[in-house]
Amino acid sequence: MINEIALNDWYPVAMASELKPGCRLNRVLMEREIQISNDGDKTHAFEGSRVLPLQIRYDHVWTSLGAPARPLFEIPEGEQDGRRLVACGRVHVRCSPLRAVENFLDIAHFPYVHTGILGAEDHPEVERYDVEIDDEKDEVWARQVKFFQPQAAKSAEGGIMADYMYRVPAPTTSILYKTCPARVGEWDIITLFVQPVSETTCDVWPWMALYDDETPFNDLVQFQQTIFMQDRSILENQIPALLPLDPKMETPTRADLTSIAYRRWLKRRRMFYGAQTIAA
Amino acid sequence: MKLYDYVLSGNCYKIRLFAALLGIPYETVAVDLYPGKEQTRPAFLRLNPAGTLPVLQDGDLTLTDSSAILTYLARRHDPTGQWCPQDPELLAQLVGWLSFADDLTRTSGAARLHAIFKKPIDSVAAQKGAHALLRRLELHLCDQEFDDSSFLLGKAPTIADIACFPYVALAPDGGVELDGYAAVQRWIYAIRKLDGFLPMPGIHPLHEHPDKPLPEGLNARLEA
Ligand SMILES: N[C@@H](CCC(=O)N[C@@H](CS)C(=O)NCC(=O)O)C(=O)O
Ligand SMILES: [Fe+2]
Repeated sequence: MINEIALNDWYPVAMASELKPGCRLNRVLMEREIQISNDGDKTHAFEGSRVLPLQIRYDHVWTSLGAPARPLFEIPEGEQDGRRLVACGRVHVRCSPLRAVENFLDIAHFPYVHTGILGAEDHPEVERYDVEIDDEKDEVWARQVKFFQPQAAKSAEGGIMADYMYRVPAPTTSILYKTCPARVGEWDIITLFVQPVSETTCDVWPWMALYDDETPFNDLVQFQQTIFMQDRSILENQIPALLPLDPKMETPTRADLTSIAYRRWLKRRRMFYGAQTIAA
Repeated sequence: MKLYDYVLSGNCYKIRLFAALLGIPYETVAVDLYPGKEQTRPAFLRLNPAGTLPVLQDGDLTLTDSSAILTYLARRHDPTGQWCPQDPELLAQLVGWLSFADDLTRTSGAARLHAIFKKPIDSVAAQKGAHALLRRLELHLCDQEFDDSSFLLGKAPTIADIACFPYVALAPDGGVELDGYAAVQRWIYAIRKLDGFLPMPGIHPLHEHPDKPLPEGLNARLEA
């Protein structure tokens, strides 16, 4: 069910670089067909003849089917000088858009799904970390996350204890702040922007803002594609396809702290598109 | 030796996997097949007019087809002759499987590109074609098992196995499930168990600790 909450949010629908003058892209957003076009001067979004709101931020085109209740979230660090901005294209996944975000927040799968890169089977422990729902910003935050990683980034040489912060500024966006191997004291930014196609399918647009002047651009993209395609094979097999928001359906063994906060926050915001709210 | 490579390409993976099994060193040049469509640009077309990956350069030699590259690497780097047998009957069968591998690219590989990147093709036809090939593979592998052979040509793996492996193991990425193909799954397992096996996204390495259970929620795709 598309409720007002889902309808009134901003969603990514294209990379800004795709919109060459004269081009027209067909997209599906929450089961509705929309068009994005560029008349040589400006980019526009339509549903039929209806003009949709549009903005270009973080190398992507954002639109909404409703009247956006709040502005698009800010990623101030992402717009700092000197960062490489890396849009990785879109990957289609047969899973709930909310599951794509939740999986991104869960570190426990690293050793098994991203073996030898983001985790090692010999170091599966997740130490305690802080999770909060920031009421003022209306966002989910996880801080002080520490995890052993054999190859934390394309530029990493050897294993490190990586520091992480997770931020969920909108139900279908997840931002990761991560130890930057190339510049001590700064955070690399890795995001998943998720376009809900239906309640059980989504298009995922990974985007990164990194301090890394060495690694060729193609290698950065392919490092991220590697990670996300490892996730995709897991995401497509999750049961049930919808994200369960009923506490009775929660599986306690997989009670990742950030996942729990994320689900609680979705419920509080009444964001139910892609969620299962009654026990089947 | 230089491999022009795209990390999500099953045809490039054939070369990475075989080089890993044989311990052959090489450098890679990442080509942005997606989203950049770099294979359609003039600079790449000068390298390979067919506009496909992988491309291998070794000195003055440029090879532009995965089966050709596997054949070259086997003949050049495997003195035992195990990976590319000389025997007329075996060699003929091997060439047959290399052609079968191209059919897998056109069916299972195409269904996968449609599922991941929405490449506009008839994906139902591609999936049907993939299942038809998987049924043939299943029958052949069942026959092989009667002879105590785990691989396509016998008891030892050859480049036929390497060429067919990626788009069989990656079939679920394209919505082609492997549930009904037990012998195919055992063959996938036998390849993953080889010394020096290299995974790719969507094809997982075997667990270092098979005795320890995986966290709940992680599924069959990792176990299989
Ligand atoms: N017969 C060729 C086919 C290779 C092939 O189809 N490669 C794909 C990647 S897996 C490719 O380069 N596709 C580019 C395109 O179709 O534009 C081989 O085996 O090398
Ligand atoms: Fe992951």
